[in-house]
Amino acid sequence: MSPQVLIDGLIAGATIGLGAIGLTLTYSILRFANFTHGDFLAWGAYLTLTVSGFLGGLLAGLGIGEPIGPFSFGWGLPLSLLAGAGLTIVLTLILDKILFGQLRRRGADTIIIVMASFGASMALRSVLEFIYTANPQYLTRELQIAQPVGFGMRATPDQLLTIAVTALLVLALHLVVTRSSTGRSMRAVSENPSLAGVYGIDVQRVIRVTWVIGAGLACVAGVMSGLLVQIRPYMGFDLLLPLFAAAILGGVGSIPGALLGGLIIGLAEAFTVQIVGAEWRAGVAFVVLVLVLIIRPTGLFGRTV
Amino acid sequence: MTALAVKGFQAGYDPDLPIVKGVSFAVKKGEAVTVLGPNGAGKSTLIKAIAGQVACLGGQVTLGGDDITGVPSYALAKRGLGFVPQTENIFAQLTIRENLQIASELVEKRRRAGQIDKMFDMFPDLKLRPNDLAGTLSGGQRQMLAAARALLTDPPVLMLDEPSAGLSPKLVGQVFETLARVHAAGVTLILVEQNVRAALGLASRALVLVDGELAHDGPTDALQDSTTLGRLFLGNRTREVAR
Repeated sequence: MSPQVLIDGLIAGATIGLGAIGLTLTYSILRFANFTHGDFLAWGAYLTLTVSGFLGGLLAGLGIGEPIGPFSFGWGLPLSLLAGAGLTIVLTLILDKILFGQLRRRGADTIIIVMASFGASMALRSVLEFIYTANPQYLTRELQIAQPVGFGMRATPDQLLTIAVTALLVLALHLVVTRSSTGRSMRAVSENPSLAGVYGIDVQRVIRVTWVIGAGLACVAGVMSGLLVQIRPYMGFDLLLPLFAAAILGGVGSIPGALLGGLIIGLAEAFTVQIVGAEWRAGVAFVVLVLVLIIRPTGLFGRTV
Repeated sequence: MTALAVKGFQAGYDPDLPIVKGVSFAVKKGEAVTVLGPNGAGKSTLIKAIAGQVACLGGQVTLGGDDITGVPSYALAKRGLGFVPQTENIFAQLTIRENLQIASELVEKRRRAGQIDKMFDMFPDLKLRPNDLAGTLSGGQRQMLAAARALLTDPPVLMLDEPSAGLSPKLVGQVFETLARVHAAGVTLILVEQNVRAALGLASRALVLVDGELAHDGPTDALQDSTTLGRLFLGNRTREVAR
């Protein structure tokens, strides 16, 4: 077996893990399985692509449109990513205002909110397809040659960057959640929203912060995925099962757990492709999900119930 | 001066079926008032609704003269209305210090560390292992942490929902000693309690709620006689049972 499977699994797992963190946060604080999360990835990628289209020409005109160092993209992409993340955050906050927030205020059952998120997911996907068509799009058209990284493995600079960005974001988020007052409030709301109010925590503010973090990470994950492969309206939907499997495997509410879950799913997919065949890749997340639910429903780092 | 007043107050979980039905009373600053009554009388619903945890269906609540009817619980905490729920009154997955840190965010930044230290001095048990998860505390220690959390902000009014629930008699004594100290420091107390003897020992005034309505409002001295309490709790049946 080629050791390349390890790096392939880590790269895929980084994107899945980053997406799963947003999912696990919204699940633990808003207490519903958010089916729109995959579409936030796709919207994040498309919004970044749109901004990049405007910005790319502008930066090229200023003579700073060339690729940065060994990477396949210029300064236009990181700047567009910031704008894309901002727009994705606005999109999620609008969706919460007009849909999920309304249902929460009416005291809707969880299943109603889940179904609403399922419907919103289809609508978001359809709008994306209507605006951008189903044809794949690319954030960069530069060709990259995979370089040796040791132990017989090869990776492109873009691929290595996605792993580094994921590690940095997860570390930063972990510090925010465990060390900051916002993080304490998030953990408190996750445990008992009613008591959080008694403690003086504005639960609605914590919910908004959760959307902001979740949408920001979804956008980064979408752009990472788009940078390494391509952008399609269904890219988020296709990632939905691996995202849920990673979040549940890691233990709902656990940020390191979601990342580890993502890496395990990514590695399992890579090994399956190499050992069994590429046609079985899509089934891996489903098998992992079922096994976790049977053997350890609380996941690796989940709370005991 | 009135610390807290409710007027024609109605509250409950279903607008068509109020549990608290038109209750009116006023609590003076520095007073200790206990709310008594049989199971299902609406005592906890009354106190939770005042604290913004249950929907107010009618009437008015004022805190220090300001209308706080329908104000969400987090905003009430900021306004100085402390509330300690009966159960699940601490964050078990957070450390003891983190529980206090969250509460301390309602006070000025420069006073936060000092207020936390003050609570550790008031409840020395909590100081022993501040970085342990609050879920590892015993029942009595949990009540101490819940009280410390509420007192940390120096609330002018503190409401407690059955602080003795589930505690051994020794721990009940400790909790009520602490509450007596808190009251002596000038905090207005409103206490819902099933342990009538302990509550009457602390409070100077009692409200008796029966079937969601105020059946009695007066000094606790008048209720020391168990026959009077029985009559209020059970109506005329007390006499019939005595025969």
